[in-house]
Amino acid sequence: MLRIPCPHCGVRDEPEFVFGGPTHLSRPDPAVSDAVWADYLFARENLVGLHYERWLHAYGCGCWFNAVRNTLTHEIVKTYPMGEPKPPLEEPS
Amino acid sequence: MKARSGPHRVPRGGRVDRTRIIPFEFNGRRFDGFAGDSVASALLANGIRVVGRSFKFHRPRGFLSAGIEEPNGLLTMGEGAASTASIRASVEMLVPELKVRSQGGWPSLGFDLGRALDFTASLWQAGFYNKTFIWPSWHAYEPAIRRMAGLGHAPDGPDPDRYELRNAHCDVLVIGAGVAGLRETLAAAQTGARVVLAERDLECGGETLWNGATIEGGIGTGWLEGALSELEALPEVRVLRGTTAVGIYDDRVTVLVERLAVAPARGDASGGRRAPRERCWIVRAQRIVLATGAIEQPLIFENNDRPGIMLAGSARQYLRRFGVALGSRVLIATNNDSAYALARELKEAGVTVLGLADTRPRAPSELSAALKSAGIDVFPGSIPVGTAGFSGLKSVKLGHLNSDGSRVDPGELFDCDALAVSGGFTPALQLYAHAGGALAYDPSSGALLPVRPVRGVTTAGAAPHGTPAGVRVSPSGRSGRKWVDLLHDVTVADLELALRENYTSMEHLKRYTTVGMAADQGKTSAAATLDVVARLRGMAPTELNHTTMRPPYVPVTLGAIAGRELGERYAPRRELPIRGWHAANGALMHDYGEWRRPTVYMRSGETRESAVRREVMAVREQAGLFDASPLGKLEIHGPDAVDFLDRFYLNDLTTLKPLRARYGLMLRESGVIFDDGTVTSLAPDHLVVTTTSAGARNVFQWLEEWRQCEWPQLRVAIVPVTEQWATISLSGPKARAILAGLDSDIDLSAESFPHLGFREGRLLGLRARIARVSFTGELTYEINVPARAGRTLWEALLSVGAGEGLQPIGLDALLSLRLEKGFLHIGTDTDGTTIPDDVGWGRVAANKRRDFIGKRSLGLPDNKRTDRHQLVGLASVDRAAFVIGSHLRIAGSAHASDGWITSAGMTALARQPMGLAMLREGRARVGEEVDVYDLGARVGRARIVNTPFFDPAGERMNG
Repeated sequence: MLRIPCPHCGVRDEPEFVFGGPTHLSRPDPAVSDAVWADYLFARENLVGLHYERWLHAYGCGCWFNAVRNTLTHEIVKTYPMGEPKPPLEEPS
Repeated sequence: MKARSGPHRVPRGGRVDRTRIIPFEFNGRRFDGFAGDSVASALLANGIRVVGRSFKFHRPRGFLSAGIEEPNGLLTMGEGAASTASIRASVEMLVPELKVRSQGGWPSLGFDLGRALDFTASLWQAGFYNKTFIWPSWHAYEPAIRRMAGLGHAPDGPDPDRYELRNAHCDVLVIGAGVAGLRETLAAAQTGARVVLAERDLECGGETLWNGATIEGGIGTGWLEGALSELEALPEVRVLRGTTAVGIYDDRVTVLVERLAVAPARGDASGGRRAPRERCWIVRAQRIVLATGAIEQPLIFENNDRPGIMLAGSARQYLRRFGVALGSRVLIATNNDSAYALARELKEAGVTVLGLADTRPRAPSELSAALKSAGIDVFPGSIPVGTAGFSGLKSVKLGHLNSDGSRVDPGELFDCDALAVSGGFTPALQLYAHAGGALAYDPSSGALLPVRPVRGVTTAGAAPHGTPAGVRVSPSGRSGRKWVDLLHDVTVADLELALRENYTSMEHLKRYTTVGMAADQGKTSAAATLDVVARLRGMAPTELNHTTMRPPYVPVTLGAIAGRELGERYAPRRELPIRGWHAANGALMHDYGEWRRPTVYMRSGETRESAVRREVMAVREQAGLFDASPLGKLEIHGPDAVDFLDRFYLNDLTTLKPLRARYGLMLRESGVIFDDGTVTSLAPDHLVVTTTSAGARNVFQWLEEWRQCEWPQLRVAIVPVTEQWATISLSGPKARAILAGLDSDIDLSAESFPHLGFREGRLLGLRARIARVSFTGELTYEINVPARAGRTLWEALLSVGAGEGLQPIGLDALLSLRLEKGFLHIGTDTDGTTIPDDVGWGRVAANKRRDFIGKRSLGLPDNKRTDRHQLVGLASVDRAAFVIGSHLRIAGSAHASDGWITSAGMTALARQPMGLAMLREGRARVGEEVDVYDLGARVGRARIVNTPFFDPAGERMNG
């Protein structure tokens, strides 16, 4: 169980939250090619390291927010409100 | 004369209370122990050597240890439904009238037919199940193997005991209340921190309770008393005794299990409420200190599993804590300094000590001089090479190791009834590994030690250190008789075989041989496994990876995990506002997702089927009343409400006029159908959306995600109101006449209030929202009133409708009515691949000019394939009823299956089978016939038909 710092409510248990997948994705113009659209739908980085993702504090404030999580250690390095730009972070060594 | 409670109890010493005799039962025989005994110490005191039979070979086994690592002394405690299998007798404290029995051994512990397995041991090597029991099939052997294998039996009845869950937060969690843990607790508490201290034992102090050590210049037990009274005075310290940490999870969330009352002390099942038996703690700690001590490892040599062979540190604990000697003629073998103290103490207690073998070429001079002066021989460079004694040790043969420990020559034979062994200590760092810490083999101690720190987790005391040690594995002897894992009966031969078969990865080797996979999770075998594998492969143990350590650290009862979340408390249930009426009026209730809803209202003498048919006919001929309250309801407010919703539905909402409702489908971005429902306009800036009952929460979260994350500029707010309204659906040809019988300011005439119309007004003096939407194909009013008023309206409608034949109907009837109409049931007729065109909505989606979620994906090649499955109606050719999930096959098809039945039922009037199916290129096949297969057999033949099965023109619901 993760302990997740909601930017609005503070640290809460993971069962209060809903995971929303990668964040800072932009929805392409529908005029793009099938390949670009399919990439938007299905291609995900699945990286080892810092992952930018979104969470919903469903059983709390009801707000979606962004989080940076280390996919190796599960450590949540930072959370920030939806709409804020991607914070610059150093990859863990 | 003082009571001795057993022949192996030494005359004095130990922390047991010799004035309090505790009677107990083992395998049906009565014995006495003392207060303060563990089950194991009481059995040992009474001279019980064999306590179980081994897992695979059914060899007699006795206690190896006095701790949680015990691989042999697993007993069943208690009786009947309250019994618990595989409790570790070494850490279970004795209570009066405790009943324990051994596991394995058939027909009895003493005479075990399964012992034949041991005489044919060469047949039962690693992987023997996979290799041997393959002809004609595994299933031919499984019942017999299951009877022979396994440890103990799960009780049959429901567990009568109670279990609890507690959540806790603290600044520091200290695990282990030995001297190191107590010091850490005091240090943290003195800074004002909130501390939880968890100790597995019922007493704090660890081995200082009995090892006679000196601390800070004084008697160790005196120091403990001082430290504990200091802790008592600190209000922010919570000491949990009898509490074992079983796992550390992400962000240091730690699960502890606290033992409360032991069986006979809990009271019996008939005597009212039992005291809880265990309490599970979920602790969220800022910082964790692991002061978990170390686990002693055995030496590995031929026939090292005989009853009477025990870890030296445990033998010391039995002697000094419980006043029990492990035997009367004792030999000691060690690869480190720790066992020297045992030799001296046994001698002082009057036990014959035959000598101490040290596997190191040179024994430590000071220690060996002290033993020699006490008259105890020390044999340096020696290791046991063989033992004898069937149901208890009778003799041990020592061998002389050469200088690098690679060879051994046979030496002296000792007649003895006990052998104490020490293969060094491995710090108990399993919890450290759970938390994400990395461990590596330390060659000087032969232990796994921490190499990568974990944020917020530190170790204290013995935990981070190993002790320098010599050879642990005898190089001689038959490898099939050298046990590495006592609990799973894995020998050196099994490891050799696995390596010959190229299972060189430690993880593969573990799974193939099952070494370290038993209930003790390799606490006394993991280190030796590394030693043996390294030697066999000609590598250093440091070049091997250890296997992953996962929770639980010790076995946990299912009761502790389940807590009180059982039966009615298993999951929160959502109840209908009118549930009281349903319950009192014959409703058969079932769970549909989170909601408990009426399936059908049974009258006396009816079957479920005939009751459903009666309800269906009532709706077709008079009227039915359905509690539709779980229908998902979302209010959408704001100037951009229409613009917002129009981005989700494949139907055009910009032309929706106020006081009108429109059916719509919502897609995922992949084009797959997500949910359906109606959108009703109350005003240009106020809409109400309905969703499927199961989809209510998902649709709300989906809309919110786009509103918050993608389109925050839109002026719109979403309010879920499902539970705020009771939704009652009045349906049937008499619906208008019945509703007109209630006092209302709403004009119900067809001209004023047509199909897909909406009105808000007063009904019975209640605030009401009424929509004309129909899932039955009949004239329907979907009436919403505040949830608390639901029952008032329900009863008023039934009362005013009684003369018109109005009846309550359940979900079965509703779904049968909708099937006759061919209406889509999302999640039943659709799955995670269904796009609008598959269910006949392709044209509507194509005609909507504006972009909406999922639209672009409908143009992807897979969604434009011409051979997709399409929803069609099915009529039976041979009157065989349809079964949901049956497969369809087109004559001459190249495919194993061309589709499947998604919905099935009988038409109400003609009693003909009807069904919906997803069929390859189904719409082009109307009129054709297909074969129906269920579970591999052809069960009937069906004709592809157009839907609906009833009232194709839809005149009835428009009336």
